[in-house]
Amino acid sequence: MTTATLNHSSVRVSALRRKAIKTRASTVLGILFLAFMLFPIYWMVNASLQPSGNTLSADFFPWNPSFAGYEKAIADQGKNLLTSLVIALGTVVVTLAIAAPAAYALAQFKFRWISWALLAILIAQMIPGVVIANALYAAYNNLGLLNSIPGLVLADASHAIPFAILIMRASMMSIPASIIEAARVDGAGQVRAFFSIAMPIAKNALITAGLFAFLFAWSDFLFALTLTTTDEIRPVTLGIYQYLGTQVSNWSAVMATAVLSSLPAIVLLVVAQKYIAAGATGGAVK
Amino acid sequence: MTSLSTDAPAASTARSGKRAATPESRPRQSFWARENIAKILFVVPAGLYMLLFFGYPVAKNLVMSMQDYTTKTFFTGEAPWVGFQNYITVISSNLFGPALLNTALFTIASIAGQFAIGLALACFFNRNFPLSRFLRAMLLLPWLLPLIVASATWRSILDQDSGILNQFLGTFGVPAIPWLTSPDVALLAVILVNIWVGIPFNVTLLYGGLQDIPAELYEAGQLDGATGWKAFRYITWPNLRPVVSVVLILGVVYTIKVLDIILGLTNGGPANSTQTIAVRSYQESFVNFEFGVGAAFSNILIIISLVFAVIYLRANRRAVDE
Repeated sequence: MTTATLNHSSVRVSALRRKAIKTRASTVLGILFLAFMLFPIYWMVNASLQPSGNTLSADFFPWNPSFAGYEKAIADQGKNLLTSLVIALGTVVVTLAIAAPAAYALAQFKFRWISWALLAILIAQMIPGVVIANALYAAYNNLGLLNSIPGLVLADASHAIPFAILIMRASMMSIPASIIEAARVDGAGQVRAFFSIAMPIAKNALITAGLFAFLFAWSDFLFALTLTTTDEIRPVTLGIYQYLGTQVSNWSAVMATAVLSSLPAIVLLVVAQKYIAAGATGGAVK
Repeated sequence: MTSLSTDAPAASTARSGKRAATPESRPRQSFWARENIAKILFVVPAGLYMLLFFGYPVAKNLVMSMQDYTTKTFFTGEAPWVGFQNYITVISSNLFGPALLNTALFTIASIAGQFAIGLALACFFNRNFPLSRFLRAMLLLPWLLPLIVASATWRSILDQDSGILNQFLGTFGVPAIPWLTSPDVALLAVILVNIWVGIPFNVTLLYGGLQDIPAELYEAGQLDGATGWKAFRYITWPNLRPVVSVVLILGVVYTIKVLDIILGLTNGGPANSTQTIAVRSYQESFVNFEFGVGAAFSNILIIISLVFAVIYLRANRRAVDE
């Protein structure tokens, strides 16, 4: 009798241990998969710290890190990084200003054509960027918007607005109509209700939409390439492309610029993981 | 809770009913008119934006594709009507066939790779082990980087003489492969990079789908002996099907228009071996300044996307219904 129970519990213990080993093995395996997937990013950082030259060094670790690449990157691309930053911030403002009220309306007002609007937004996300660039080039040429920050901000917002409307609408759908109704009874206008009730409740979605608007605009390459013709206004993505255009002569500067351009994504993924993850699952775009 | 939500509309009808009873009905009317205008104003900016930045380009492309629209147009303002001439030019150009084939190969191979690896990783992360959430979030990084950064990085990795990949393969005695400079392998290299970029998107959506499968199904399946591969075959796959179709169709729609990666890695070369319809459209418009021909190319792209968009919407509806 006693031996039987002993046996039983030892079987259970070994089963538990096997399970513990299995989860630990999963963690190790997961780290290996991630290391494999992120190796190119490690390599980018590594290459950026190698002494400059036109050949790529094969050292696996920058034992003697050189910041010459970064010096050259900042000298060549510093202004372009700033341009990208201004454009990305502008895109966030334009996107939220246009998308948030629309998201609120599509979530709370009972328009008869809502399903058509949603369909249009879904289809808009599928329109190839080159189609938009093609038409905007001619229009911008007439309006004097080529080579301008407002022109790029407005174009870049097309990456973000449909996504922002959908993700903010999803979160504003959960606001009970009764809360807004109550505010209206207390004399709040539609605008008041939107700012003081809907916006605070949808804060997380607002942040997610803003972060993605920033990343989309920061990453934009197509509009930078097609809607600028001089090097006066040149986002950093275009700067990298021009580095790559001719035979690459200074890999460490290219890679240093690449690292600097990756910083927003890396930083946001670390400090705002919650919002980024929400956007990745909720939006299903890009 | 239920009483609260049913109360609210009842209260509002009571209120409006009371208002209707008051003799003064004019202010009430103007109140509702103002109310409706306020409501419309919320969507006006977005509606205008959508019209100007999505509606107008699509319409403009249609018109442009029927015009002889070149650099000259910007000086003279004239774009002579040529009917379907641009489409004839496109289809009879000797790059059209290869570009169409490359687009198909690029799209199918990219999606196959992204999906297979993405599904494997999603199943793996579905085990929920310590750190799994963190690792899964970090996996998003390739997808969040600017595509041109990914291109630059892979250019350095795939470099024929000093790239790390060839050095690595060299240790096994593999001779240096001219990844991006030989027409034989350039498309393959571009596809591999695009798979790398697309894996996070696939993992995220498929993981979401896996999480929605109730655990009871697996518990019940276990009693019937469905474990491991059998559980995947008879429980996971059938339940994941709606998500799978959405992932695949969205994948087609997003992959077919990929431009950044190809321009950054090969610019359509070497010897046009990585030309796709999207690259053709860009190059006709912005390298050759043949906007009419470029528009015709991009309209072909739109038509293909639209077909898949319709399939997507139907699949999505089915997914919602189920």
